[in-house]
Amino acid sequence: MAELEIRNLSRVFGATRAVNDVSISVAHGELLCLLGPSGSGKSTVLRMLGGFERPDSGSILIDGKDVTNLPPERRPTGMVFQSHALWSHMDVFSNVAFGLKLRRLPRQDIRQRTEAALDMVGLAGFGPRRPTKLSGGQQQRVALARSLVLEPKILLLDEPFASLDQHLRERMREEVREIQQRAGITMVFVTHGQDEALALADRIAVMRDGRLEQVDKPDAVYRRPRTAFVAGFIGQMNLIDGEVRAGSLNAAGVTVAVALADGPATLAMRPEDIGLQRASGADAATVHRVIDFGTHLSVELQASGGTRLKATAQPGSGWTAGMQAHLHPRKFAVYRDGTLCGLPLAPGRADLPLSLQSLVTDQAPASRDHLASNHS
Amino acid sequence: MTRVMRLDWKGWLIAALLTVAILLPLVNVAVWSFTEVWRYPAVIPQKFGFRFWGDVLGRRDVRDAVMTSLSLAAIVTALSALICLPASYAFARMNFPGRNLFFMSFLTVYAFPKFGLYITIATIFIGLGLIGNFWGVVLIQLVSTLMFMVWIPVSAFQNVDRRQEEAARDVGASPLRVFWSITMPQVLPAITAAVLLTFVNTFYETEVAWLIGAPEVRTVPLLMIRFINSELIVQYGAILSLIMWVPSFLLLIVARRFLGAQALGRAFA
Repeated sequence: MAELEIRNLSRVFGATRAVNDVSISVAHGELLCLLGPSGSGKSTVLRMLGGFERPDSGSILIDGKDVTNLPPERRPTGMVFQSHALWSHMDVFSNVAFGLKLRRLPRQDIRQRTEAALDMVGLAGFGPRRPTKLSGGQQQRVALARSLVLEPKILLLDEPFASLDQHLRERMREEVREIQQRAGITMVFVTHGQDEALALADRIAVMRDGRLEQVDKPDAVYRRPRTAFVAGFIGQMNLIDGEVRAGSLNAAGVTVAVALADGPATLAMRPEDIGLQRASGADAATVHRVIDFGTHLSVELQASGGTRLKATAQPGSGWTAGMQAHLHPRKFAVYRDGTLCGLPLAPGRADLPLSLQSLVTDQAPASRDHLASNHS
Repeated sequence: MTRVMRLDWKGWLIAALLTVAILLPLVNVAVWSFTEVWRYPAVIPQKFGFRFWGDVLGRRDVRDAVMTSLSLAAIVTALSALICLPASYAFARMNFPGRNLFFMSFLTVYAFPKFGLYITIATIFIGLGLIGNFWGVVLIQLVSTLMFMVWIPVSAFQNVDRRQEEAARDVGASPLRVFWSITMPQVLPAITAAVLLTFVNTFYETEVAWLIGAPEVRTVPLLMIRFINSELIVQYGAILSLIMWVPSFLLLIVARRFLGAQALGRAFA
């Protein structure tokens, strides 16, 4: 267990600031996900934590000790690479035992600990095999065992499940979570998959263009995205540009009351937060396409102004292409210049100014199941 | 079924053509070396025997030539490895000004008619007193080994996954230990292949050895040429030829034992 602190970390590659003034602290035994699109700098942050990349400025502290200038072999971190990076000229046992051998432990100890590590990742008896003869998931687990056997204070994982198929990815995710909780290791996990982040993380740090957009608990990132980017990146979100006039925002035929000065603003609604009502007339939206996902219908609509948006409806509610509908947002948020100016809140929340609370139109929180079903 | 038959037929044809083109001349040479009497129009020699082997191996000039050739090949290979392997690591892993230009320059030895290049070098060697000198031959042979000894290891070093090296650093290995335990084992097949090629090529090399070394430095191929040209005893040429196969056979066997055919194939590719 260890505490990790990142202070004002920056890294420049040529003309691009790959990482720009990033500060996060990770608590003992916490699992932090760095989430962002490719090129957002999340892997660079991780490589700096592991010691493979020198920061241009800022510092990294583990348990209060500055490790910024230590090489990887002298850091109490363990890294699991995206490509697994198993040593192809060694068998599985030697791969896992290599780090222990470097520490000059007695042979008996090495054997015991290596076998225990292989056992933990469910690969007991795989020692004499060659890594190239293993499946992707097995290779992944060897890579995990190789890092875990050294009992690192902090485990770093760089998109470790990217090369696995969906089914295996979900299983590995659960295993990693279980191992993390059992061993109580502090973990930093890089991914560009939002469902992975939502399923695994204690907290998610969303990155964009080398900067942190938001660091929060998964449900907060999902329900209270602080920027339009986070809102659009996590889960499905309709982001519709509109105009505020005299206290009401009109976007794609939807009008909501807001406490904002006149000017452009973006209306953000999750598909599951839009109620559909059959209607006709020039201001109604037209159903463009309906996809039946079993648990719900995904209804794609074209608003009167031509804007496309998505809503969900109950299965069997009878929506088909060509029908017309009015949209009733049950929940929404409003962004101006990319940052949040109004969002739905749980009842009685007093940590936001009253002007924002007045924006709330529906306060029933969506269930966690609902959330999960929208991410697959 | 017919498809399989046709495929078989083609395979056999290719195998037969290869046999005629490659194996028959070799067999012919081998047969000649054990022949004492073989007169036209007999298909097989009238008399086999080891008389000529005794003759050839008893000659001082043959023994000297074998020694010269072996030590020449060994010294050139060792020097080449000493110079080229660190260079190829630098080419593969480091970035320095003029890297690409310098790298391509190794190809120029092969881009121009070699003999012209060697004549030019020879005129310089005359001034330096290196003509007819063993070390002169070593020096010029070294030039022709550069490409094998740089290009093959460079691609091998480039093929080693950097993440594997980083993973080793991560579990606590120093850079030197990473090179020894992770990088080296992975490039070893390619380096062995390069060393093998260099040794065998140097051993067989004739024209440069003749240009720079003759007449004082006499290697086995040069001696063979003289036997065939002036003494007109076919058996002498054949026996020397067989002797010359020995090092390449030995090295190939060692390499196969050591690396397996697959790794060797990969390395050459």
